[in-house]
Amino acid sequence: MTMSQRMNALWEYANPKKFLATTERVLPFFWASAALCLVAGLVWGFFFTPDDYRQGSTVKIIYLHVPSALMAINAWMMMLATSLVWLVRRHHVSALAARAAAPVGATMTVIALITGAIWGQPMWGTWWEWDPRLTSFLILFLFYLGYMALWEAIDNPDTAADLTSVLCMVGSVFALLSRYAVNFWNQGLHQGASLSLDKEEHVADVFYFPLLVCIAGFVLLFIALVFYRTGTEIRARRIRALMARERVQA
Amino acid sequence: MSALLLRDLRLALRAGGGFGLGLAFFLIVTVMVPFSVGPQSSLLESIAPGVLWLGALLACLLSLDRLLALDWEDGSLDLLATAPLPLESVVTIKALAHWITTGLPLVLAAPVLGVLLNLPGPGYGWLVISLTLGTPALSVIGTFGAALTVGLKRGGLLLSLLVLPLYVPTLIFGAEVARRGAAGMETTTPLLMLAGITAAAVALLPFASAAVLRVNLR
Repeated sequence: MTMSQRMNALWEYANPKKFLATTERVLPFFWASAALCLVAGLVWGFFFTPDDYRQGSTVKIIYLHVPSALMAINAWMMMLATSLVWLVRRHHVSALAARAAAPVGATMTVIALITGAIWGQPMWGTWWEWDPRLTSFLILFLFYLGYMALWEAIDNPDTAADLTSVLCMVGSVFALLSRYAVNFWNQGLHQGASLSLDKEEHVADVFYFPLLVCIAGFVLLFIALVFYRTGTEIRARRIRALMARERVQA
Repeated sequence: MSALLLRDLRLALRAGGGFGLGLAFFLIVTVMVPFSVGPQSSLLESIAPGVLWLGALLACLLSLDRLLALDWEDGSLDLLATAPLPLESVVTIKALAHWITTGLPLVLAAPVLGVLLNLPGPGYGWLVISLTLGTPALSVIGTFGAALTVGLKRGGLLLSLLVLPLYVPTLIFGAEVARRGAAGMETTTPLLMLAGITAAAVALLPFASAAVLRVNLR
């Protein structure tokens, strides 16, 4: 298969029917593997890793905190990508996938904030601190709220998809700007990155491997939720079209 | 273009245009602050730059829903969209008119309100400079928000929810300039960042505003 053929094969999933058929086939696999990874990763992380020599057992909240924070950002990235696809190629499934991902991303942001607060209380002695990372996550949450509110506010689905897509693009730029502005505004308490590809600054291996399993679990869960919710959106729209048709015929 | 600008200015200045409402709001917010935090002059002195910036930002926000909604209701926005002038220019002019009728008066009023909040001596100049540089960005970003919500019946609260997160970087750098200036510290870095944000917003955001306005006028 050449590259362009492969791309064509990808665009086939822009057909709602094909999308529904395929996701229905793969969804059980995603649900099962997400559950497997999460259970395995969390049990491994919570019960079979040693306590940290400084943080004690509170370190174990990392298995929820880091993956959810990671997915909070990745969900927005995915929304940005699907918004662009909608604006360029006008595939409805793409716009609906962005809409479906937003509440999942917002929930991930809240999980990251709450687990962070629970972790911060014993470690820093405070539930909340205006630290750059915490603050930019709170701002990200506000962006999610605005994005979802705009979807809800507009009746015409195409107009809503267009406006939210532009908002997502503009919002991404401003979210990034806010990240750097907040960094400038206050130096924080938060530790550096827990994970990095170049292994300079890293958590120890005992914590690292269960964390990877947990991250895989969160990624799979996110994919499953987005597929599922996109399917729901497609069906909701189909129902609306059917009802409109019935009203016209009656 | 100048005809459109003059028209918008005249509409804002004449009866029912709401000119001065933003200014009055700014005054009221500033007066409310000592009631809420107490009258100690040392406390007011330390929070004055931030409060004045926040007040100016909220006053800007308050006047946004009138920015395009009135023209939308009476249909002149449709005429403007079909006029030979590109829609990008229209929204830029609208933002400029908003800045002249809202932002500029706020900049001029800020030092007077600074007296009320016991703003330290070196702070006045920096407050005016930071507001002069920052308020155009507030107007341009606000125009984008107004264009997004123009077709909605109850867009006011949604407009705030959409626009306020976009105001965060401008507020951070603007208030930082005023704060550092008032404390007699170096202000170059936040000042340049603020100017950069304004320049980029003025240059790029009208395209986004025009795009969403086209969608709304479809």
